[in-house]
Amino acid sequence: MKNHFKVAWQHIRRTPYQALAAILVTTLTFTIGAVFLLLVFGSQAILNWFETRPQVTAFFKDGTKIEQVEALKSQLNQTGKIAQIKYVSKEEALAIYREQNKNDPLLLEMVTANILPASLEVSTTNLEYLENVAEILKNNEQVEEVIFQKDVISSLSNWTRSLRRIGFGLMIALGIISLSVILVIIGMKIALRREEIDILKLVGAPSSYIRLPFLIEGVIYGLIGSLGACLLSYLLLLYSTPFLISFLAGIPLFPVNPVFLLSLFGGLIAGGIIIGALGSLLATKRYLG
Amino acid sequence: MIKFDKVSKKFGEIIALSDISFEVEPGEFVFITGPSGAGKTTIVKLILAEIFPSQGKVYVLNENIKEIKAGKLPFFRQKIGVVFQDFKLLTDRTIFENTLLPLEVMGKKRLDAEKQVKEVLSLVGLEERMNLFPAQLAGGELQRACLARAIVGQPKLLVADEPTGNLDPSTSWQIVKLLKKINKLGTTVLMATHNMDIVDSLKERVIKMEKGKIVKDEKEGKYEPI
Repeated sequence: MKNHFKVAWQHIRRTPYQALAAILVTTLTFTIGAVFLLLVFGSQAILNWFETRPQVTAFFKDGTKIEQVEALKSQLNQTGKIAQIKYVSKEEALAIYREQNKNDPLLLEMVTANILPASLEVSTTNLEYLENVAEILKNNEQVEEVIFQKDVISSLSNWTRSLRRIGFGLMIALGIISLSVILVIIGMKIALRREEIDILKLVGAPSSYIRLPFLIEGVIYGLIGSLGACLLSYLLLLYSTPFLISFLAGIPLFPVNPVFLLSLFGGLIAGGIIIGALGSLLATKRYLG
Repeated sequence: MIKFDKVSKKFGEIIALSDISFEVEPGEFVFITGPSGAGKTTIVKLILAEIFPSQGKVYVLNENIKEIKAGKLPFFRQKIGVVFQDFKLLTDRTIFENTLLPLEVMGKKRLDAEKQVKEVLSLVGLEERMNLFPAQLAGGELQRACLARAIVGQPKLLVADEPTGNLDPSTSWQIVKLLKKINKLGTTVLMATHNMDIVDSLKERVIKMEKGKIVKDEKEGKYEPI
């Protein structure tokens, strides 16, 4: 086995430009794949976050009594469509406001609990119930304003779906290109080594002995390509993290879960090895058949 | 060891061998002579199961070559040593690595294989050149390296296709002496050649080919030019 690795490495070293082409194409494929996967999982996480957030917020008029709030809460609970209800008092609203603007003392100075309204944050068991719940809230005399995020969720949901489809299509197309490039390069190397292969056959080398270095070579291309993609996508993620944190203020997406990242990279490496092995397997079947 | 039974071989319209029959016993040294195109190389290729007869049967090491399954072919070839006119050494491996090759494909243990290679290289007088690449060796040395590779696996049969074709007379003699030595150690040797001096001097069995047919098969034959 050690000898097969040595021969495969020799093949790569002696045709560095072909090796580079195979590795670059694989790196490109998997980097694009990784970016799309990150986008898909990221937007899915954002969507999940939105879905679990209070989807309807009702702001109360000043002077609303807690009994009136409780009455509204029990009215809502009776509908059976409510997942969660949370009352946010003026003081709690101020605390949230302070937390959100802790880096801007000017904004903090001007605000007191009095000018912030108390609110009721309601999430429903199903997005379809949102409108109905919003209607109940609007009809309550103590409620001044109702906002709900149905549009945000549905457009985000559409966006995630499209992203998933485009990413999937692109991955398939680039995967086929990578596979073809590895197949062609290994095929060329087999053709270049035809004489050597004939000699090996004449001294009684079994088929596996002849094929294995080519298979290992393909796997090395896939492996190095996917490792390059892991590195590139990680650097890209690190680079864009500060921007994304400020852009997605409040959505707890960062730091990215290390288990998720490791699984993603593990998947990419496995994909690289599979494409490399498949490409070289097809080449050896075609040219050494 | 070898049996050709009414063997014919056609390449399209060209008849390379026409209804030939002969047998080679274990331990024999046999020359196959004849001009270019007589069918010598076709016989060698049939023995190695590189090609198959159009008609008739070829038995090598008690096996009908046509019945050897593709997966078993490498193991069949491992039992035969081959020497080529153009050496067919792997240019990116040293003489030591080239000689090691048959043992490597057989899956021999590295240490045993290396010991065996050193012994064989010493036998052919290349022990001091074993770390050189084929491009760094002269023709005679290359042929000795090819011979070392052919015998390292201790084959029962050694087939040499014009092994002296590219060599000067003195180097040719060195190679033939080595082949004789190997034969004396018990290996059957079949050598295709048109080197008159060698054939005449060795007084071994000569199968003379002409236009794909055996025209003479003598125990202590001589080269008879056409």
